Amino acid sequence: MTHAPITPEAALSVRRTGRIVYVTAVVLLCAWVLVPLYFLVINTLSAPATVNSFPKPFFPEFDLGSLRFFAGFGGMLDALKNSIIVASMTMVMAIVIGAPAGYALSRFEFRGKEMFRVLILLTRAFPLPLLALPLAVMFIRTGLDDTTFGLALVHTTLAIPFAVLITYSLFSGIPVELEEAAWTLGCTRFQAFVKVVLPLILPGITASAIFAFVISWNEVFAAAVLTIQSRTLTAFLLQTLGESPMHLKFAGGFILVVPALIFIFAVRKYLFAMWGIANR
Amino acid sequence: MAEILIKNVAKHFGGYTALHDINLTIADQEFMVLLGASGCGKTTLLRIIAGLETASQGEVWIGGRRIDHLAPKDRGIAMVFQNYAVFPHLTVFENIGFGLRMQKRPNAEVTARVEKVAGLLHIEKLLKRYSGELSGGQRQRVAVARALAMEPDVILMDEPLSNLDALLRLEMRAELKGVLAESKTTAIYVTHDQVEAMSLADRISVMHAGRIIQAAAPIEVYRNPAAAFVAGFIGNPPMNFLRAEAQGRGRWSVAGQAFDGPDHAGPLDFAIRPENLHPGESGLAARVRLVEPLGAHLLVTCDVGGAMFRATLDSDLAVKPGDHLTLTPQPDRIRWFDPATTLAVA
Repeated sequence: MTHAPITPEAALSVRRTGRIVYVTAVVLLCAWVLVPLYFLVINTLSAPATVNSFPKPFFPEFDLGSLRFFAGFGGMLDALKNSIIVASMTMVMAIVIGAPAGYALSRFEFRGKEMFRVLILLTRAFPLPLLALPLAVMFIRTGLDDTTFGLALVHTTLAIPFAVLITYSLFSGIPVELEEAAWTLGCTRFQAFVKVVLPLILPGITASAIFAFVISWNEVFAAAVLTIQSRTLTAFLLQTLGESPMHLKFAGGFILVVPALIFIFAVRKYLFAMWGIANR
Repeated sequence: MAEILIKNVAKHFGGYTALHDINLTIADQEFMVLLGASGCGKTTLLRIIAGLETASQGEVWIGGRRIDHLAPKDRGIAMVFQNYAVFPHLTVFENIGFGLRMQKRPNAEVTARVEKVAGLLHIEKLLKRYSGELSGGQRQRVAVARALAMEPDVILMDEPLSNLDALLRLEMRAELKGVLAESKTTAIYVTHDQVEAMSLADRISVMHAGRIIQAAAPIEVYRNPAAAFVAGFIGNPPMNFLRAEAQGRGRWSVAGQAFDGPDHAGPLDFAIRPENLHPGESGLAARVRLVEPLGAHLLVTCDVGGAMFRATLDSDLAVKPGDHLTLTPQPDRIRWFDPATTLAVA
């Protein structure tokens, strides 16, 4: 059997084809994400009357009618306030509970450590709808139903795996010798943590807090099941989606998506770090 | 006074024993080097003294005070780490002053002491910088300065020079020796580098498999190794060994040549350092296998009685592979080891 010699021209053409495929894939993926966002933005910033018109102008008309209508819609601002309260509580609780776990995972050797890490990930595999009914019953019994705190508890359980994994990777990135050096220089374990580890890890902790905030902000299922009066924005929109006019839906979607997008973009570096560790 | 006393210290990790019953006394202001290959337990011993690791049994005393139950901060020690562990979020000044700030010393005193040690280590121009803006050698200096600023009773160093390049290591080695001698601190220094150990130490503790094989002055460790392991570990190239047959009381035959030796029952190993072999009229018959000119001398590898022998000879000597040489061992430098116990026999 003989092989035809590979000419430089052939090699070049193969490389060129590969390049075309690559660029096409990138463009398609970007479009997949960006086109819906584009419609969301343009419709939100259009006058309510022109929401259904087609074709769309490339630049929005910057008409704030939809957003103004949205703000004036009964209960919408309350829902927005609830969303912020629940997400803030989730953020604080996820870090307060998750960061010590991340620290323990990165600094101590203990039996079942690997199992613990797998279990943390497995909590994400457990479908929330399965939990919803017993959870609702339990919440009604304990009086936690329809409270922002009760919902924040559920969101915290959703956010903790990420809080643990992100802080685990952050703590692992800080050499243990820095802490040991602080101990030999007169610090207790706690002082060393506050004076050496905390300043180094603060940006990462902030990132993981923001991520917890976004998880709660975007969560709709538990919010819809567990609250009636004190609905969060997602649950409220879901409830009113059927009867609300088009421009209200767009405005609601815009208000939900934009903060999450900005936050995630701000902390993307730390999320990559988390996957780097979690995939190992 | 900061004499260090280590009494019956052992360390087990699960079923693995990292240290077996270590006993060691280090005198006040002594520079003690713990020398051994990686995994011999030297770093574990240092960390037990520092309080970063707990001994499974035994006691550690510093300056007449038992300290093995105390936190690292209460032991009167300071440590220099292999990777320097300079705090990246603090300036060099705040790094060096970190321990003093923890002791709540007044500002003026912190400044004075930081500037003094920075001067000692020639880093007074770097005080405003952060660790990210320093070279490896400069970070090393900051780490040493930070330890010295504490004016500790004992300074512990874990392979502090091993991350530096060869030239810088040589320079820092000499400087470290001077600075530490001046500070009058008791020092324990862990290294796997025998040259570093020889050049720095007042005394070397050679460790192997969790035991201290020999603790003695560098020249003593070199001239009179207590065990075959020490003889093979220290010296580059290491000592040459040959099996000796008893020929009567105190007479031994080595590769067909008769030598005076100790009066000992059972076989012995004859040992000689490469630089204590000289070409002569009578001695061991050697066939040259390899000649390596090293500038200052020739490193000649040869065959003696079926064993590999190395000799460092005068660089003017004309030898080539295949030549036959007669190597005369310097009589007062011949050492004998019992192959059963591996210990030296006098």
